[in-house]
Amino acid sequence: MSASRGRSGEAGRHRCGPALVVVALAGLLGSAAAGPAVAAEAAPYIVLASTTSTRDSGLLDWLIPAFRARTGIDVRVVAVGTGRAIRLAERGDADVLLVHHRPSEEAFVRAGHGVERFEVMWNDFVVAGPREDPAGVRGLSDVAVALARIARGGHLFVSRGDESGTHKKEMELWRAAGIDPHRDWGAGPGAYRETGTGMGATLNVASELGAYVLVDRGTWISFRNRGALDLLVVGDPLLRNPYGVILVHPARHPHVKAELGQRFIDWLLSDAGQARIAAFRLEGEVLFHPVRDVDPPAAPGASSRRIGSP
Amino acid sequence: MAEGARSAAGFGERGSILPLRVEGLGYRARGEWLLRDVSFTLRAGGIAVLLGPNGAGKSLTLRLCHGMLRPSGGLVSWNGPPAEVRGRQAMVFQRPRVLRRSVRANLAFALRARRVPRALRDARTREALAVTGLDALEHRPAHRLSEGERHRLALARAFVVEPEVVFLDEPTASLDPAATAALEGAIRRVAADGTKVILSTHDLGQARRLADEVLFFHRGRLLEKTPAESFFRGPRTPEARAFLKGELLA
Amino acid sequence: MSEFQDAFVQAARLLGRADPELLEIIALSLRVSLTALVLACAVGLPMGAALGVFRFPGRRAAVTLLNALMGLPPVVLGLALYLVLSRSGPLGFLGLLFTPTAMILAQWLLVIPIVAALTRQVVEDLHEEWEEEFRSLGAGRLRSLFELLYEARFQLATATLAGFGRAIAEVGAVLIVGGNIAHVTRVMTTAIAMETNKGELSLALALGIVLVALSFLINAGLVAVQELGRVARG
Repeated sequence: MSASRGRSGEAGRHRCGPALVVVALAGLLGSAAAGPAVAAEAAPYIVLASTTSTRDSGLLDWLIPAFRARTGIDVRVVAVGTGRAIRLAERGDADVLLVHHRPSEEAFVRAGHGVERFEVMWNDFVVAGPREDPAGVRGLSDVAVALARIARGGHLFVSRGDESGTHKKEMELWRAAGIDPHRDWGAGPGAYRETGTGMGATLNVASELGAYVLVDRGTWISFRNRGALDLLVVGDPLLRNPYGVILVHPARHPHVKAELGQRFIDWLLSDAGQARIAAFRLEGEVLFHPVRDVDPPAAPGASSRRIGSP
Repeated sequence: MAEGARSAAGFGERGSILPLRVEGLGYRARGEWLLRDVSFTLRAGGIAVLLGPNGAGKSLTLRLCHGMLRPSGGLVSWNGPPAEVRGRQAMVFQRPRVLRRSVRANLAFALRARRVPRALRDARTREALAVTGLDALEHRPAHRLSEGERHRLALARAFVVEPEVVFLDEPTASLDPAATAALEGAIRRVAADGTKVILSTHDLGQARRLADEVLFFHRGRLLEKTPAESFFRGPRTPEARAFLKGELLA
Repeated sequence: MSEFQDAFVQAARLLGRADPELLEIIALSLRVSLTALVLACAVGLPMGAALGVFRFPGRRAAVTLLNALMGLPPVVLGLALYLVLSRSGPLGFLGLLFTPTAMILAQWLLVIPIVAALTRQVVEDLHEEWEEEFRSLGAGRLRSLFELLYEARFQLATATLAGFGRAIAEVGAVLIVGGNIAHVTRVMTTAIAMETNKGELSLALALGIVLVALSFLINAGLVAVQELGRVARG
């Protein structure tokens, strides 16, 4: 009797805080549930620094499983703007770079950060804008003329403003149009706006404001929140957007998985890889064009896997 | 009445820390003497009441005796090495704190803090609960006790470590008459058990009910120290006479 | 408002058919945030309690710093941690960048100040109340600290929840050091940010609803355990 009382008296001391119990249990559950992710870490993999356009369009989700099926190598994609992707690679935080701004890519290789640049494919940019098209650029085949009209008319234009490949391309196009967007704006400053964010976020802003915007076709097709935006200018050769792939130089960063990375590059440039790119469709449209002519296999409706897709 | 009632129960072999001798005790804060030249001796047994209006220096004296404060002048001496004597005292503070645990766990806390051997804990806990009349509330969460029960729990927590001396600082200042009576009953039982009780109060009625000995304080000085009976029959100082009539100003 | 309707329908549908990719993301979110939380408590609780109980030179500065760090923008911490973990950074040789470990590290650093600062506040208040009692009883500093921590367990549970809230809701830091890599470092918040950028607003919102529901469940679970504890004791 007295012994049992004694124990109950001491229980108060040893009873753990309920918070700790919950936390510990949840921690165990969480760790157990995350088993698959842990297992995946064991497979050989490379880190690919690329752009949001290749990931969000679903292209990489279309290419990587095919590559993995052939080689057993997984590709972990860190998708950021071209500028940040290049800086990641410069610091040695990626094995392979897949981006779309040739001058920056060439500078990257010249500086010894990359082994060699190979052109893999191209897609194109388009100019989207408000459906009512106050600048009257719809259907123009000369993008420089279209941009000049938008600027002179002082219409709203939303720019990435983030040193991404798209932003750098946009700057090229302004130069071609003979316009300095920060100075030569009809209604004065304020109508040319820089978001400093990714393509999607910028499109969200453009859609909200009813502004003109330069966007890569892939992001445009897969973008769900177009609102009152329409596709207005397409097809000018100036709007072509080549993608280059570069192996980060193992001499500069010894930990780089040069062999695995090279196999990924080789596969992208191979007939199989090029055919796979050509076969990619987003909502029935061709997005990326391989640099070499390959016979696209009878396209089995390619699609990107995303959360919630059946 | 309680003289030596428990001396056979264990104090004999280790010697008593009493008598408590206080000589020329003074305490100064911010340049002001709050307590001046206080001297007295307290022997084992019974209840000593430090009586006086608010601000007379009663609580200060308790804290100095218990070693919570360092005197600015004079001496507090116990019969024993200074490092050990506090371990044989306990104090109930004016606003008793209770832990958010059961009544029993509150007592267990004090036993742990004093490093009382496990084998002794259960018996002491039962004794403390019985003396303070909390037996029935043993497993009640302490924060759900009434104010009076909480004060008794604080007394039990002091008593459970089997101190030789218990200090109580204004123990019933915030209690209603019924709770006061219950607590005073518990205090009497603690004293009857052989523990020296030293308590401070400004409540004349309480002093009459409890005191074996009265130490009357006023404005930082000890004015009288007499057996309770003679204090209430014939106080020697004009301040004490005024206090008994309810006319003394602090 | 049709986006909200869509979002709720989508959230229900995703949960209803236990979408494997969603489950994987939820599991990783929980694993990262709870691991970070447990580790942050292991550091933050003693640190906060020590700051609440001990007096030493520089303590006030430490407390101020801790309180300030509670408001540290995750992006800043993420960037700093990226520079440290990057292959060109001082800890690059560990190869932790773009792994769940890096994300745990980031959230750990974000949660420590919250847990420590709240613990410090609670324990300091309690210590002020109990200081005399402890001294009277002759309880040592460490004993006091232990008792106060146990005494403050309900408030500390709240502090822990606040820390969990910061961890699970955080996006800036885990995006930078995790990289939002599918199946490896993609968690709820980075998935939400990504879907938002893709213009998949209702899917993003649906994920947000799932995240809130998850936090709600965890909070409710803790409250239930607390209540059980009280009933058992009372």
